[in-house]
Amino acid sequence: MRYFLTYLFVLLLSLAIPIFSLYYLLNGKGEQISFGWFLEHTSPYMWGTLGIAFAVSFSVVGAAMGIHTTGVSIVGGGVKAPRIKTKNLISVIFCEAVAIYGLITAIVLSGMLEQYKEPFLDISIKQNNWMAGYVMFGAGLAVGLVNLFCGISVGIVGSGAALADAANAALFVKILIVEIFGSAIGLFGLIVGIYMTSKVKMGNQ
Amino acid sequence: MKGCIFNIDAGYLEGLCRGFKCGILKQSDYLNLVQCETLEDLKLHLQGTDYGTFLANEPSPLSVSTIDDKLREKLVIEFQHLRNHSVEPMSTFLDFITYSYMIDNIILLITGTLHQRPISELIPKCHPLGSFEQMEAIHVAATPAELYNAVLVDTPLAPFFVDCISEQDLDEMNIEIIRNTLYKAYLEAFYEFCKLIGGTTADVMCEILAFEADRRAIIITINSFGTELSKDDRAKLYPRCGKLNPDGLAALARADDYEQVKAVAEYYAEYAALFEGAGNNVGDKTLEDKFFEHEVTLNVNAFLQQFHFGVFYSYLKLKEQECRNIVWISECVAQKHRAKIDNYIPIF
Repeated sequence: MRYFLTYLFVLLLSLAIPIFSLYYLLNGKGEQISFGWFLEHTSPYMWGTLGIAFAVSFSVVGAAMGIHTTGVSIVGGGVKAPRIKTKNLISVIFCEAVAIYGLITAIVLSGMLEQYKEPFLDISIKQNNWMAGYVMFGAGLAVGLVNLFCGISVGIVGSGAALADAANAALFVKILIVEIFGSAIGLFGLIVGIYMTSKVKMGNQ
Repeated sequence: MKGCIFNIDAGYLEGLCRGFKCGILKQSDYLNLVQCETLEDLKLHLQGTDYGTFLANEPSPLSVSTIDDKLREKLVIEFQHLRNHSVEPMSTFLDFITYSYMIDNIILLITGTLHQRPISELIPKCHPLGSFEQMEAIHVAATPAELYNAVLVDTPLAPFFVDCISEQDLDEMNIEIIRNTLYKAYLEAFYEFCKLIGGTTADVMCEILAFEADRRAIIITINSFGTELSKDDRAKLYPRCGKLNPDGLAALARADDYEQVKAVAEYYAEYAALFEGAGNNVGDKTLEDKFFEHEVTLNVNAFLQQFHFGVFYSYLKLKEQECRNIVWISECVAQKHRAKIDNYIPIF
């Protein structure tokens, strides 16, 4: 089922793109399939909000996959070794932290989203707004993707940690160190994301 | 990424299976067991392990066969728990494991009916993992074609049986041929299935199944010396998914005695080592034991990787080896024959 849906999606996408481009081409509106035109005519609000959405949603997906991966292993391993259940909640918390990074970025980005009024008196104000939109999009996407993969990585290591702990209690602390390093890469995305947004100037000032 | 997808469906069961695996007896447990004087002592020692009070309700003069039954019963309950909670493709994988027991059961029943034993006496002897609904109807069959049409056509074994229908009637020799042809088809199908799943499962399982196939080929060759089985027929029984395929199998098909088999194995480093240490003298390990030891190593190695189905197969095989070990030790204890008590195969 999972594979079927993936294939269906790819098929529809590869059908839709040529059909739309041919439609535009044959109706004499060929120049509208233009990347520059697209970037110039889309609103910074859209880019900004897309950035916010990606930041929080990808992070949450990453965290959810991580928690799921770790969680089922804790549950499975915990049947025969119930002592692992409390200790291994740390792995779940590490995955949760990933979602929190995304949440922080999303809140910071939302704070920067401000209203502007057209027409612009000065071209540089328009440029600032457009740039703000793209920067927020980039920052949100960066944070979202970093946290998506960070969550997956922490989840897989956490799953291994739970099973290793169930087999041999002495291994838990050693694997926890691996997990901490895995969790740290999510922070890199947060730092870069926040640093990128320091250039954002939105509004009519 | 694969780990996330794997854990969605099978993560819980893998954790559970690894939990079961931690209950496998360690070397220190065996050291305790071999020091037992009576079966009651043995029972007491087993109570301190993961087996717990599994013999508690048994009446006092404990027999080895009761221990065997109880050990098997516990394993079957665990395996069926895993099977009942599994989803595709893992459920098919676990079903594939049970097919080998099904083959054994069919052969047991046919051999039994050939010797005029009542079916009600045979059914309890069948392995519970390989039982299927039509099992009791098996005694009506007089030829392989009847067996196929009456009993096997509805079972999952039907596709494996297609090659054996041509055999004339069911006598001792043909039953053995049927068993090996079935096993060959089964192993090849299982091998293909594991390849289809791909990833770590394929890496781990193909290694184990290739060894299983080669072991069968070698054992068939050795056992066929001095029987009326022709070389062509023998070559047809070799499973073709092992490392010996194709050159080694061709050489095995030409072999005439044990020394020639050994010469074939010389070309394969891991099998050469097995033949090297094996012998029939007192104190030597037999070739069969060497094979078991190698199988145990492969199965233990399966636990070094995560996110694959091989652990379920390996767990079952290791546990079976453990049952054999405990039964061996209890036989030695029961018969007060302690000279060979150390011939069990330690797992961890």
